[in-house]
This record gives sequence, structure tokens and C-alpha cells, in this order.
Amino acid sequence: MRLELKDLHVHYGKIEAIKGISVVVNEGEIVTLIGANGAGKTTTLKTISGLRKVSSGQILFDGQDISNVPAHERVDLGISQAPEGRGIFPGMTVLENLEMGKFNRKDRKSEMDEDLDKVYTLFPRLKERATQAGGTLSGGEQQMLAIGRALMARPKVLLLDEPSMGLAPQMIANIFRIITEINKTGVTILLVEQNAQQALQRAHRAYILETGNVVKEAKASDLLNDPAVREAYLGTGAH
Amino acid sequence: MINLRDKGAQFWERSNRPVRVLTVFAIVAVVAALPYAGNTFLQTPVAAFDAVLVYPMGMFILMALGLNVVVGKSGMLDLGYVAFFAVGAYTMAILGTRTGLNTWEIMPIGIAAAMFAGVLLAIPTLRLRGDYLAIVTLGFGEIVRVSALNSEAIGGALGIAGVPFPPGLGFEYQLLDQKYFYWTIVVMILLVIWVIRRLTVRRPGRAWESIRQDEDAAELMGVSTYKYKIWAFVFGAAIGGGAGVFYASRSMVIAPDNFTLNTSILILACVVFGGMGNIWGVIVGAAILGYLPDRFRFLSDARLLLFGLVLVVFMNLRPEGILPRKKREKAIVKKGSGA
Ligand SMILES: Nc1ncnc2c1ncn2[C@@H]1O[C@H](COP(=O)(O)OP(=O)(O)OP(=O)(O)O)[C@@H](O)[C@H]1O
Ligand SMILES: [Mg+2]
Repeated sequence: MRLELKDLHVHYGKIEAIKGISVVVNEGEIVTLIGANGAGKTTTLKTISGLRKVSSGQILFDGQDISNVPAHERVDLGISQAPEGRGIFPGMTVLENLEMGKFNRKDRKSEMDEDLDKVYTLFPRLKERATQAGGTLSGGEQQMLAIGRALMARPKVLLLDEPSMGLAPQMIANIFRIITEINKTGVTILLVEQNAQQALQRAHRAYILETGNVVKEAKASDLLNDPAVREAYLGTGAH
Repeated sequence: MINLRDKGAQFWERSNRPVRVLTVFAIVAVVAALPYAGNTFLQTPVAAFDAVLVYPMGMFILMALGLNVVVGKSGMLDLGYVAFFAVGAYTMAILGTRTGLNTWEIMPIGIAAAMFAGVLLAIPTLRLRGDYLAIVTLGFGEIVRVSALNSEAIGGALGIAGVPFPPGLGFEYQLLDQKYFYWTIVVMILLVIWVIRRLTVRRPGRAWESIRQDEDAAELMGVSTYKYKIWAFVFGAAIGGGAGVFYASRSMVIAPDNFTLNTSILILACVVFGGMGNIWGVIVGAAILGYLPDRFRFLSDARLLLFGLVLVVFMNLRPEGILPRKKREKAIVKKGSGA
């Protein structure tokens, strides 16, 4: 499994939000995409999951160009997204939300219990709240639900859009720990983050996005020590 | 205000099987006995009560149930729903007057024709969202009516007269005593309720629900939102078409005037008034909104004004309708169920 964006361009009407980026995510990696507000991170993820159309360029998944595959079929290929702002179903219970994650795999009943167990092990809180409406969960719980729901589809690649957004510091550390845990079970992860510090600590490699362009690609640990990056994204300047 | 929906749901939860069966029988018995209530305070001054039970009440309930699938369950605003009713009615009128086919033989044809119209409208428009969809469907409803108006082959403004009654099944359908029409429509409503309930606990219901709540998220879950939206639209159209066939066969005469934007809006009002997304609420809402204008006909022109006023006041008091949808729907797929 390998996910590759090749010279990808994406437009909103006439505005070009992604101006020809090339990104590679290898099997088993955690790759992070960092950048300022409006850099095009969310757009990139939405284009991979199929919610946005490619203007030109390719999305290669296992060597196949999937840029014309509709979003709902990309789930079946093994691409799952936990969307920005969580995108859970507010009127469904936690359990129903999780079941929705298996919408196309429902015929495999044995999987359901097994995967619910896995998600509940990662997020015990969700089990306690199984019958609570998604919309009444706290922000952090909704984030867990969004990730758990994405996992229900047994993805090969998990796309995470700012999982730490709006969370308390303790919770942030927790979410990132879980992301690493998920990765260790063999799920490849493409992580979009504002919290560059945490993301770079967890990721293997990183891309820096600026107004629709990739301006830097490197090992995450190198970026952590890069003075320019520290200045721009870690808010700590060079020591 | 007391929450009737929750009270009802609680009663149902707590009851055991015999009580439930009894309740259902009691409700069906009361509903079936309604045509005999014509001499009570329920009596409508101009039209006979049994006729009002058939139209508008029964018809409104059928149509509101169909429209509810589109608007209430899937969250698509359709302002041209009357078009499907018209297609069903015209299919009945044309075939009924020109071929030897009877109402029951025409029924599947009328439903198919309405579904076809639904697909025609859905394929180009369902990529639109919100306001745009409302405007396009509104236009579609008008196009169907105006086309009928301008087609001399189907009677133009005069419409089609002499549409035959349905053949009786050991009884005769009559104009002056509409009990049999009424009971037939009750059976149709029960059938529609049954089908809708079966669908809602299965994949289509879950898909519609997810689309209504968050369309992008639904797509990310693997729901083919476009396909399920078309399916909701076409299913709603089928119910409207079936209602139209029966309407034409009962009314004997149909004309484009029977299928104005007014009707679409009124049916939508039934759905909203009753409680969007909840079929029981929709039924109660349609029954009330179908009944009231006839009951207060003596107020003549002022009655519509009053009717509007009542709606405004009521919707302020209960914005979610008489029997709103459950805040948090029940676990739709239970583990191990055959859904
Ligand atoms: N629906 C839309 N219509 C028009 N322009 C859009 C739309 N969505 C995003 N954009 C624009 O595309 C650019 C990239 O947006 P995107 O949401 O991908 O940024 P981001 O990197 O995720 O930012 P943030 O960190 O704030 O979430 C922005 O300039 C934004 O204004
Ligand atoms: Mg974003």
C-alpha cells in the first residue's frame, strides 16, 4: 500500500487552493501535513477521500489512479477520513455512528463486534457513552468518535484532519498517543495538524504546505530541529 | 407543553404484547368506524364527512407520507411534489377513459409513471442542495401542470371527465356513500406505513438519515448519497403517483387546477405541522390540516386566513410539530438482526 499525490491541482471555482503538490505516504508510516490556516491541508485530505474533485494531477493508491473513483467507493478501497470539525452524525447515538462506519461492510457480522471491541478498547469513554446522542458528546469525545468511526471501516490509510483541535492539553497528548497506537496496528496515517510540535514528534515524515504549495519535505525529527520551522510553526524561534 | 411523542413512545415501550395488539386493534377500529361519525360534531357543513375523509384527509395523509420520505427523512426540500400526484392522476384518467383497464390494473402503471418522472427530475437536480433544489422542484411542479393545461390531447384546461370508479370487490364504490373509498385508502395508508417502516430499519433508512444529518460525512462512510437521494425521491414519487391514481378514479373528473403549487405547499405544511420525519406525526398533521378547512367552511373566505393564523401560532408554540421525530433515533441496526 502506498498513497501518492502527483502534481495535484484542486480548485474552488476559479480559486486554485492546491497548486500542484506531490506527496508520498508509504505503508506503515505516519506522515504529517502542517501549515498555516488556509494553506490547503483540509482541501488535500478532502481530495484524497473524494469529497473534492481533482482539477489535474493524480492520486495513486497501490499504483492505481483513483482520482475518478467516487468518495463512497474509496472507503471500500481502504481510505477512511475523520473529517475536520469531526463530522459525526449528531442525531445518532455513539453506537449508531460507529455502525455507520461499517455501512458497506455490514454483511460481515462477525466483524462488527470485533471492531466495536477494538474501538472501545482504544476509547473506553465511547463504550460508556454508547447510547448517548453524538451531538451531545463533548468536543474531545466527538473527536474520539470520529476516529473510532473511521476505524470501523478497517482502513489501510486513515486521514486525520486536526484531531487535536479544541482539545485540552491533556486530551491532546492522549489523542496523539492513540494515533501512534493505531499506527502500530498497521494502519498508515496521514495527519493534518496545527499542533506542529506534537505532530512532528509522532510522525515519521512531514510536509510543510504554504498557500497550496509544498515548501518542504523532510523527516519529522529533522523539522523539529530546523530553526526556520521552529520559528514559523512551533512558535519558539531558534535557540 | 406535554410531549405527546414521548408519552406515546413510553406507553409503547412499557406495554407487553397483548396490550400492544389491543391498542393497534382499537386504533384501527376507531379509524375504520370514522365514516359513521358523520352525524356528530365532526360533521363538515358542505361536503359530506365521509367524502372529506377520502379527500382531502386520506389523500393528504398518503401524500404527506410520501413527501416525508423526501423532506423529513432525507432532508431534501421538494416544492413540486404535486407533480407526481398529477402524473398518477393523469395516467389513471387517460388509460381509464381510453382503454379497458380498471383502476387496479392502472395502479402499477401510474406508480411506474410517477417513478419515471421522479427519476427524470432527480438525475439532473439532486446534485443541487438546499435552496436550488427547492426552486428547481417548484419549477418542475409548475411545468407538469402547465404542460397538462396546454395539451389539448389530454383535455387542456378542462381536463378529463368520465374517469371510471374502481371495480368493486364484492361491493360497489359509490359517490354518495364513500365508505368504501375511505376504507380502501386506509388500507393503502397502512400498506405505505408498512413499507416505509421496513425501509427505515434497513439500509435505505440509515442512508437517508445520515444524508440528512451530514451529507459529506455520509459519503465518507461509504453511502452513495446520490443514489440514495434518487431512491428517496423516486420512492416518494411512487406514493404520490399511487395516491393520484386513486384520486382520479374517485373524483371522475380531473383538471390541471387540481394540481397547483398550493397543493405542494399544503402537503409540505402537513409534514412540518405534524412533525417532520415522524410518520405518526405526519399522519396526524395531514389529517388535521385536511379536515379543518372543510369543518370551518362556514367562515368562507376568512377560514383560510384563520387557517394560516392557526398554523403560525401553532408553529411558534411547537416548532417541531405535533409529534416531532425522536431526538435521538433508536439503534437502527441491532446486532444480529437480519437488517
Ligand atoms: N468551499 C470553499 N469555497 C471556496 N474556497 C474555499 C473553500 N474551502 C476552502 N477554500 C479556500 O481554500 C484554501 C484552502 O483551504 P483549506 O480549508 O484547505 O485550508 P486549511 O489548510 O485546512 O486551513 P485550516 O488550518 O484553517 O483548517 C483557503 O484559502 C480557503 O479559503
Ligand atoms: Mg483545515
